[in-house]
Amino acid sequence: MSAFAPGAAVRVRDDWPETRGPCHIRTPHYVRGMEGRVIRRLGVFANPEDLAFARPAAQRALYHVAFDQPSIWREGKVGDEIFVEIFEHWLEPA
Amino acid sequence: MDKDVPRAHHDMGGVSRFMCDPVEPEPHTLTDFDRDVDALRQVLARKRMMTVDELRRGIESIPEEDYLRLSYYRRWIRSITDNLLRRGVVTEAELAAALKDAR
Repeated sequence: MSAFAPGAAVRVRDDWPETRGPCHIRTPHYVRGMEGRVIRRLGVFANPEDLAFARPAAQRALYHVAFDQPSIWREGKVGDEIFVEIFEHWLEPA
Repeated sequence: MDKDVPRAHHDMGGVSRFMCDPVEPEPHTLTDFDRDVDALRQVLARKRMMTVDELRRGIESIPEEDYLRLSYYRRWIRSITDNLLRRGVVTEAELAAALKDAR
C-alpha cells in the first residue's frame, strides 16, 4: 500500500462490501470508482470498519480527496469540488 | 439521475429523492430526551462499552423504513440498545422489565 502525496491523482476502489454482508463503510457510494486528487494526508487512525464491530483495528492513513462536483452530482458550476475524507485502503493510483 | 449501485440506504448523499428540500442550516433545539441519549453515549464511550463506530454501525443497520421515520436521537437510542444487548451489558429481560417500570 503506497502513501499518496498532495496533488496525487487517485481512483477510489469500485468495491461494494455492502453486497457481501454486515459492514461499516466510510467511503460514500457516489465517489466509488471515481478519480480525484489528494489534498493532504489528515493523519493515521484505527480502521473504523473494524472498530464498528469491536474487532482489533489496524492504523490506516486518512486523506482529504477532492472530486469534480458537476461530474458526480450533476449540479454546481465548473470548478466546484467535493472534499471527502477517504482511507488509504480505498485509494489506488489513477 | 442516480447511479445504479448497491448503496446502503443510509448512504444517501446526492440521491435525488432526498434533494427536494433545502438543507436547514440552523441548529436544532435539543429536547431532554436528546440530551439524555447524548449523555448516555458519552458514559458508554468513557466506560469503553461502545465506540462511536459501533454506534454508527448500529444506526446503519436499522431497517430503511424505521431509519427514515426515526428522529436523529431515536436512531441513536435504537443503536445503543442494540449494542448493549449484543455485548451482554443488559439482557432482553432486564430491558423489558425496565421499560415496564417506566410506563
